[in-house]
Amino acid sequence: MDKLVQIKNITKYFDVKRSFIKLKRSSVVRAVDDVSFAIHKNETLGLVGESGCGKSTLGRVILRLQEPTSGTLFYEDTNLNLLKPEELRRFRTKMQIVFQDSYSSLNPRHKIGEIIAEPMTIHTEMTYRQIRERIYELLNLVGLKPGHANRFPHEFSGGQRQRINIARTLALSPNFIVCDEPISALDVSIQAQVVNLLQDLQDKLGITYLFIAHDLSMVQHISNRIAVMYLGKIMELTSSDRLFDKPLHPYTQSLISAIPIPDPKKERMRKTVVLEGEVPSPVNPPAGCVFHTRCPVSDELCSREKPEYREIEPEHYVACHYAGVRKVTEIC
Amino acid sequence: MEKENGDITNNNSTGLIVDEQEDRSIRKKIQDLWRLLWRDKSGLLGLTIFLILVFAAIFAPMLSPHDPLQQNLIMSRQPPIWAEGGTTEHILGTDNLGRDIFSRIIYGTRVSIMVGFLGVSMAFSLGMMIGLVAGYKGGTVDNVIMTLTNMVLSLPYLVFVVFIAAILGNSLLNVILIFGFTDIPIFVRVTRGEVLRLREEGYIEAAMSIGQKTPVIIFKHIMPNLLGPLITLATFEMSAMIFYEAGLGFLGLSVPPTVPSWGNMLAEGRQYLTIYPWMSIYPGLAIVLTGFGMNLFGDWLRDVMDPRMRLMKK
Amino acid sequence: MKPILAVEKLNTRFETFAGSVYAVNDINFELFPGEILAVVGESGSGKSVTMLSLLGLLPGSSSRVSGRAQFSTAGIDVDLLSLSKSELNRYRGNHISLIFQDALRSLNPVTTVGEQISESLITHLGYNKKKARRHALELLELVGISQPDKRYSSYPHMFSGGMRQRAMIAIAISCKPEILIADEPTTALDVTIQSQILELARRLQRELGMAVIWITHDLGVVAGLADRVLVMYGGTAVEIAPVDELYENPRHPYTEGLLGAIPSIANKGIKRLVSIDGSPPDLFQAPRHCQFVWRCPYAFEPCWQNIPQNYEINKGHYSKCFYDLQNNRPRTEV
Repeated sequence: MDKLVQIKNITKYFDVKRSFIKLKRSSVVRAVDDVSFAIHKNETLGLVGESGCGKSTLGRVILRLQEPTSGTLFYEDTNLNLLKPEELRRFRTKMQIVFQDSYSSLNPRHKIGEIIAEPMTIHTEMTYRQIRERIYELLNLVGLKPGHANRFPHEFSGGQRQRINIARTLALSPNFIVCDEPISALDVSIQAQVVNLLQDLQDKLGITYLFIAHDLSMVQHISNRIAVMYLGKIMELTSSDRLFDKPLHPYTQSLISAIPIPDPKKERMRKTVVLEGEVPSPVNPPAGCVFHTRCPVSDELCSREKPEYREIEPEHYVACHYAGVRKVTEIC
Repeated sequence: MEKENGDITNNNSTGLIVDEQEDRSIRKKIQDLWRLLWRDKSGLLGLTIFLILVFAAIFAPMLSPHDPLQQNLIMSRQPPIWAEGGTTEHILGTDNLGRDIFSRIIYGTRVSIMVGFLGVSMAFSLGMMIGLVAGYKGGTVDNVIMTLTNMVLSLPYLVFVVFIAAILGNSLLNVILIFGFTDIPIFVRVTRGEVLRLREEGYIEAAMSIGQKTPVIIFKHIMPNLLGPLITLATFEMSAMIFYEAGLGFLGLSVPPTVPSWGNMLAEGRQYLTIYPWMSIYPGLAIVLTGFGMNLFGDWLRDVMDPRMRLMKK
Repeated sequence: MKPILAVEKLNTRFETFAGSVYAVNDINFELFPGEILAVVGESGSGKSVTMLSLLGLLPGSSSRVSGRAQFSTAGIDVDLLSLSKSELNRYRGNHISLIFQDALRSLNPVTTVGEQISESLITHLGYNKKKARRHALELLELVGISQPDKRYSSYPHMFSGGMRQRAMIAIAISCKPEILIADEPTTALDVTIQSQILELARRLQRELGMAVIWITHDLGVVAGLADRVLVMYGGTAVEIAPVDELYENPRHPYTEGLLGAIPSIANKGIKRLVSIDGSPPDLFQAPRHCQFVWRCPYAFEPCWQNIPQNYEINKGHYSKCFYDLQNNRPRTEV
């Protein structure tokens, strides 16, 4: 399959410094640590992980909304790292992002029409009339009415605002959209609306998504492939079906087992693995495998040596010494 | 009955009542503002006091019954109209040189308004620009600007003013420059704080993600949000400056003694306080009333400028 | 069995600048000793307001609460809604306690976690300091906080999200309440931490035998936890049923929609989620008809004219809907 976006050895460190008179040695947050993968054309790659695992940062780094500390980013044949600010600004027509917070991502002082028109006024020579037509077209596309263009964001509900966000994202017909937890702030019945909309748009317009979320069941529903992230590293990456049928990483296994199933009988029958403790701080990530402090099947090797991120079976990448050898559920 | 409300455009569902065709013309906005003002009577009172002051300052020659500088020793030390021996000629009486106090108070608004308005304008414009740079650029620029700002803020204010006034001499322009300069840090701080907050707003990041140019982001997305808090701050600062100017005048460090200003009048009346109290009471009253009015108005502005309050106006 | 809490015709209204908000309309439900009742609904459905109304925790100046809430347990039989603030204080925290979604805001940042637990014991049970401390340490251990000795003197900000929620639970159960009301306690937490807290809740409920009202928007959480489920929409209770029955046989179109809207790892391969069109109603008008009617795929004439009554479908299973979902036709009574 054709690769649309490819990232190689991406790292993103944040300095945590105290004041500008540097008395303390500044410590570093390893938000994203040596991540490589490719996103294929017209697919949805899901990126899941718990809060603070660096998934949102990774999404922004891929768009160069934040600069990577190291590593290379490719969009088709273009090396994004080499783009100068002006070139990068132009390049934004091809890749876009939908944010989690639909409230704050719309300027409360601007009308919906202005908001959706903004990308077009920046990047195209369209006339006023053309832009207006396009706004109406986009509003229809996301299931709103042309009349809404004259309203202000506060007049809309969360789900509707997320539609407006999507309309803005689509204004320049991008090929690649990062969806940064677009539904996690919405009510359940509205989530389904937005997810269905995203899928419809993909079918109609052939868009490629990177879908970031913490809700594994929703990611499973929308994604072709899924990457599981923990403390800045990819733990496992494979097709959506495979990940659920045959998860090889203990973290993936426990994550899947922690999702409540909305069916009382199945829920009662199955055994859940409750992970002990909480995610360690990314300022001092554990040595060796970052997951070993919570891993039910870890041993001395895991605390000493970093597992290699490898393709253990075709199109199935795992970073675990005991991938496929030790299973979480067996010891429980 | 039709199920017309069933689609996602359900008007009923936004949580706010919105009329279908909303009139957002300027006239409607002014009407809205007026309704808000009418509801909050203290804001209305503040605005009225403020407008009276501005009016008095502009039309001082027409409003004042006498020349404020005209001395008349025969008519000196007249009590106000309602006291024993008062005349209709001099409503608030005259001072020790026979100058009409009412006229001097009216002319005094000119100094107060000039100092307040121009001083704040200077601090506002410079402070906002510096604050924008500090907040948006961040890093070393921010650190340097904030350190300088804190240094200016930490100067003992009165000593600094007295020192500058002593060097530069007494003139209206100097007073305005001193107040304008020393007030910059406050505007820098507020602007910078707001910019730091706004920069975290999703719509700023969204603007970056669609490739918007930095100057446009600043002017279109950040500046309009700054005006609310800064205008509110400006009203409070203006009333503070009017106070300080009067204080300086009292110490003889403001405008030259020949210029009628509230502070100067207070200073002149000081030695006659027990025998001719009206010489000090009425200018003093003018100062207090002005501060009171401006603060009321500022409070009201702060409420109105808060977008959360705006939702409730319907 | 006699219910420990019987709520009848509970109505809550808020007076705002924009008009009255009808937040809770005619809610009836019963809570039996030792059961877990889940209250499910979206934001604005009135699920939290219902509980806050019962405990008199709404701002008194702008809210109007009416109805009855009979709390009856050994030696006590009172209507919570008729009590004064100070009388309510005797029950709150002692017989009925609450935990919130936002544990950081519910804990006092300048007092140690241990002292906050002790304080509850001292005020409600009249313990002396020493005894309170000993008991607080036991509680910390009970809720699964390791090294209770050390953690006793930690401040809330030193705790992680999951631990804060544990500490909140420790405070809530300190007086062995008969009823524990949990308001979305796991919503802000990660899945792995959520499953820890759920496990803890199940264990504590078993050990202490209290009745639990678990408020949530997540039908997944409910499935493994609750005995009975109350579904709320637009300030009304639309359906109440034993948990198995609700999932197998939802009888309100809203419940049915909700169940279709969540993807489940248990049934993969569904291409499209069932979405409920439209958005929740605003609550500025007193309900004159079914609140779900705008979004309901089955709505027909009577739905726009009357508020549906509570139809009994099975024993303990009630639904407020004119439409007979099982036979796919309007109810004969209508």
